[in-house]
Amino acid sequence: MPGLFIDVKVADEAAKDTEIAKKLVEVCAVDIFAQNDDGSLRVVEENLDECVLCDLCVDAAPKGTVEVVKLYES
Amino acid sequence: MSIFITKDTTFIIQGITGREAVNLTRENLDYGAKIIGGVTPGRRGRDVYGVPVYDSVKQIAEAHGTPDGSIVSVPPRFTRDAVFEALENGIKLIVIVTENIPRGQVAQMVELANLRGARIIGPNCLGIISPDEAKMGGMGGPAANTRQAYTKGPIGVMSRSGGMTTEIASTLTAAGLGQSTCVSIGGDAIVGTTYAELMPYFEADSETQAIAIYSEPGGRMEAELAEWVKTNNSRLPIVAFMAGRFMDEMQGMRFGHAGTIVEGKEDTTSEKIERMEAAGISVAERIEEIPDLLRKRMAEAS
Amino acid sequence: MRFYEYESKALFRRHGMPLGEGQVVNSSAEARAAAEAIGGPIVIKSQVLSGGRMKAGAVQFADTPDEAAAKYDFVLPIEVGGETARSVLIEAKSPVAHEYFVSVTWDGRRKLPVLLFSDMGGIDIEEVAETHPEHLSRTHFSTILPLSERIAKEAISSVGVSGGDLNRLVPIVYKLMQVFLQYDLTLAEINPVAKLEDGSFIVLDGHVDMEAEARGDHKKLLAELGIGDDETRLARPPTEFELEGARLNAVDHRGVAGNVVEFDGNLGLIIGAGGGSLTLFDAVRKHGGKPANYCEIGGNPSVGKACNLTKLILGKPGVEKIAVMMNVVSNTRVDIVARGVIKGCLEAGKDPSEVITIFRIPGAWEDEGFKILEKYGVEYCDRSVSMYEAAGRAVAKL
Repeated sequence: MPGLFIDVKVADEAAKDTEIAKKLVEVCAVDIFAQNDDGSLRVVEENLDECVLCDLCVDAAPKGTVEVVKLYES
Repeated sequence: MSIFITKDTTFIIQGITGREAVNLTRENLDYGAKIIGGVTPGRRGRDVYGVPVYDSVKQIAEAHGTPDGSIVSVPPRFTRDAVFEALENGIKLIVIVTENIPRGQVAQMVELANLRGARIIGPNCLGIISPDEAKMGGMGGPAANTRQAYTKGPIGVMSRSGGMTTEIASTLTAAGLGQSTCVSIGGDAIVGTTYAELMPYFEADSETQAIAIYSEPGGRMEAELAEWVKTNNSRLPIVAFMAGRFMDEMQGMRFGHAGTIVEGKEDTTSEKIERMEAAGISVAERIEEIPDLLRKRMAEAS
Repeated sequence: MRFYEYESKALFRRHGMPLGEGQVVNSSAEARAAAEAIGGPIVIKSQVLSGGRMKAGAVQFADTPDEAAAKYDFVLPIEVGGETARSVLIEAKSPVAHEYFVSVTWDGRRKLPVLLFSDMGGIDIEEVAETHPEHLSRTHFSTILPLSERIAKEAISSVGVSGGDLNRLVPIVYKLMQVFLQYDLTLAEINPVAKLEDGSFIVLDGHVDMEAEARGDHKKLLAELGIGDDETRLARPPTEFELEGARLNAVDHRGVAGNVVEFDGNLGLIIGAGGGSLTLFDAVRKHGGKPANYCEIGGNPSVGKACNLTKLILGKPGVEKIAVMMNVVSNTRVDIVARGVIKGCLEAGKDPSEVITIFRIPGAWEDEGFKILEKYGVEYCDRSVSMYEAAGRAVAKL
């Protein structure tokens, strides 16, 4: 489920990559990402609206695999 | 001209990987700051927007030379040690952003700074800005917002409130009055640099033609300023805005910054207004009155 | 945060300062028993935080246990500065030969602690300062050099006290300085320290203020003295609304959405920051508005924190609408506050465009914030509308 204001979309291949997942967890200051037991990426839905639009996650993952959507712009 | 900082001032950020410090780093870099490094213990080798992170101030000094200044943005429990670390590594200008530090610890930092010939701005402040020249701290936020609020000109601004520094600068800018340097001195009962201690710097700065200050209940800082103005026969007209007038009727309750606590009669707004007016400082009731009052006072002074 | 006299004395006693026999009592029977145990003339003192206790008649003397019990009943209902006794302190009445004053506080100008000492104790020290300045010494001391008895000696001897009295006073004053620094006090005062007829010295009355910021560092002491976390020791006890505000603020360390103070008006205020809130509260009152609360947001609170504060204020009985106003913000972000406040309205089951009278927060990330406000139809303004005008627009909508 997206937040009220923000949604984060991660491409499947990036979400399955444990190295990318680890990096995303590390760069996000508001804990939008977590790792599942198998190391794959999980988006923490209750934290989505805390996103500060810093784009560090977008920069940390391969180009085009992470997208931050502002739901108030649609 | 500006006081304390120029385009060439180098500084570091202690606690650079924290949520607010990351913002500060980006905002200051975008405004042209020369940030040569950051400190977060255990994070050596990382970088924040291209600024290299080290474990200690000493490592930065060894790699890049001693910086001119440091912004300290670490949790309250670690602030004293961070400031001591900066001072003992030869840094001479320290902006402390952190709030909720007990006064005893602030006093220790200030005492050591005095011994080392260094200056502390804050704690609980947004730092310094000389518009179009440099900024060191969170004043104005992102660079684009900062340029919107702060413009170069003849007014020096000093404020116990970080937020109100920007409000005042923005009001001055809208009225066509730019600023020479604005200093957010911090909202605590003990701060590294008071209004009266800033006055000699503004006095010596040829660009500065008048001063605007934000003031509030609590402490003796306005009384100290009034005294300084009288004994030094200051060339600079001063306009003060006084907030928190309602607190005079509600003594013993806590509002605003830690430093606004009214501990005696001298700390009330009515007492402060009286003292400042007696020293020739004009007191505004609304922010939007400040530009006209400044213009009037500057015309009288010239 | 002020301590009651009996708490201050308990602190002093732990540090080996000399005190007379005494007991805190909560009934006239306990007062009688305490007086019996002491045996001899006693003092009955109402435990209040306000000054002016003696003048109000809330300090009484008795020679017998029965008289002590009667004086307990007499003292209990007396109001001192609008405050009645939390409990009553029964102490032995000591034969006093001379009274001294000693106090440690902070000097914000010198940024150092200052020790005040006078050999004219027992009376208002401001009066001594005016009429007999030579009987009051002010001695600043370092916070980084080791604390030593030398400073106490200098302060006491500089008003002319010498001989055995000086040497007996030094350890008492020195200990007060230690207590002051150790517990992050903003005031540690003994007025008076008494020299008794037998030449010994005791602390007759004392009081202590601890810096609110330091409470967390001294939890153990506060628990041992029986001072609860909910006791703010302000001019009035905190309301449930205020305590809830403090709890919500403490849940999340990101930024501040707190310092909630309850008023009885109909306009809920979500205002900030430290200085901006003072400015805006003045402005709302100047326009004849009736605030339901005071509060401060700042330091870029999380969306969740702003949301919770909004729900708390909207849930307060009597609140019709809210105003969301700040000075031009630098580190707090317009979009984050907008998200939090709108979320709070929706979670409270209210339409943000109905219940928010005005949103006046210009500054950092305002373009992003304004987009959000527009989407939800909330009336907002930029910096061209002054804080004073914005407050007027909010008040006009009620």
